[in-house]
Amino acid sequence: MTSKVCALIDYGMGNLHSAGKALEHVSENTKVVITADPKVILAADHVVLPGVGAIRDCMAEIKRLGIDEVVAEVAGKQKPLLGICVGMQAMMEHSEENGGVPCMNMFGGEVKFFGDDLFENGEKLKVPHMGWNKVEQVAHPMWHNIADNSRFYFVHSYYIQAKNPAQVKGRGHYGVDFAAAIGQGNIFAVQFHPEKSAAAGLQLLQNFLNWDGQA
Amino acid sequence: MALAKRIIPCLDVDKGRVVKGVQFLDIRDAGDPVEVAKRYDVQGADEITFLDITASHEGRDTTIHMVEAIAEQVFIPLTVGGGIRSVDDIRNMLNAGADKVSINSAAVKDPEFVKRAADKFGSQCIVVAIDAKKVSLSGEPERWEIFTHGGRNRTGIDAVDWARKMTQYGAGEILLTSMDNDGVKRGFDLGVTRAISDAVHVPVIASGGVGNLQHLADGVLQGKADAVLAASIFHFGEYTVQQAKEYMAAQGIEMRL
Repeated sequence: MTSKVCALIDYGMGNLHSAGKALEHVSENTKVVITADPKVILAADHVVLPGVGAIRDCMAEIKRLGIDEVVAEVAGKQKPLLGICVGMQAMMEHSEENGGVPCMNMFGGEVKFFGDDLFENGEKLKVPHMGWNKVEQVAHPMWHNIADNSRFYFVHSYYIQAKNPAQVKGRGHYGVDFAAAIGQGNIFAVQFHPEKSAAAGLQLLQNFLNWDGQA
Repeated sequence: MALAKRIIPCLDVDKGRVVKGVQFLDIRDAGDPVEVAKRYDVQGADEITFLDITASHEGRDTTIHMVEAIAEQVFIPLTVGGGIRSVDDIRNMLNAGADKVSINSAAVKDPEFVKRAADKFGSQCIVVAIDAKKVSLSGEPERWEIFTHGGRNRTGIDAVDWARKMTQYGAGEILLTSMDNDGVKRGFDLGVTRAISDAVHVPVIASGGVGNLQHLADGVLQGKADAVLAASIFHFGEYTVQQAKEYMAAQGIEMRL
């Protein structure tokens, strides 16, 4: 049996164990490797860019380890690439977190703060946006076998406002509309945590490992 | 609003077994933590909280192995609390597969610990647990203080002020247990739940004293909690998590069904 490799990029920010364990759980003939080694990442069949914590620290480590260049090369090779949470935010042009941080500019758009005064129907909304929220899907192979408006687990205080509406592959709403999923070609990125989103999340990860990178 | 309120079954674990005591006495065995966690996942639990109540230090390795086993099989958020006293304790639990840690008495002893923890690992994984008890007499304006050591030690610290301070120090969530009610099934103390939920900008989990499904609904509707935590009503098969969610949804509460 041919075995594929999925590289989970480890740039020292936060907890990769959950993502690694979930990917292993759904991979029948894929080996999951947690690594920062450009050679291993470039040789892998699938690449995941996770991320938790503050964007300034994430971007600093991404640049220090040359992960930005590796990710750009992966994107150019038409290899399936998945961004998760801050990994997705790092793919945008710019984030207003930490006083403003330039990101990898793979997608047009801004990462913005939900704000301290977020209201919906007169009710004050807590920030971070933490818990299970609905995602309205835009047709894409990554949503295979997942019901539209399924709930996924989110934990974030900053949200993505995409510049190009055609790149938004999942719409979320929490006081404001935001991009819950974004995609272009072989790149797909999600604001929620599929590794913590029970059956729907595991299905999305499985879809990723089965995906050929064609939208 | 589409964000669902959460139901969080809590596993109180002593020496590798799920237990639940009524006011810390009469502890009843409720099974193997990994099996119990899997059962709640299947029932639709939104998260799991694992509270290590083993008094001795030797129990720590057992706890780490159990957290690892749960994290390999249950793909919903997992919070681990009990005996989290250092940055190393937090790292060990996150490495074992926990998504969040809950800090209780170590925060009271050294509030700066919460700051260090949030700086190091991010607020999203730092939960501060508060055990609050009403100290005002009847007729006085309601006032609650935080207690430590299972409710025995009164600290003199105002519970609402403390919750506000902990979020300023970087807590990403507050787990509020109203002590007078814990394990006696009279429901949450809705007064302190509401007061703290109004005072902080982060989510509040209500805990303590759940005896029926209306208590859970009241925690959200009257206490303004973002999540509700319960143990014994689920452990001994009185209700399933799914039943609880359907009951709450029928009262107009947004739930993940």
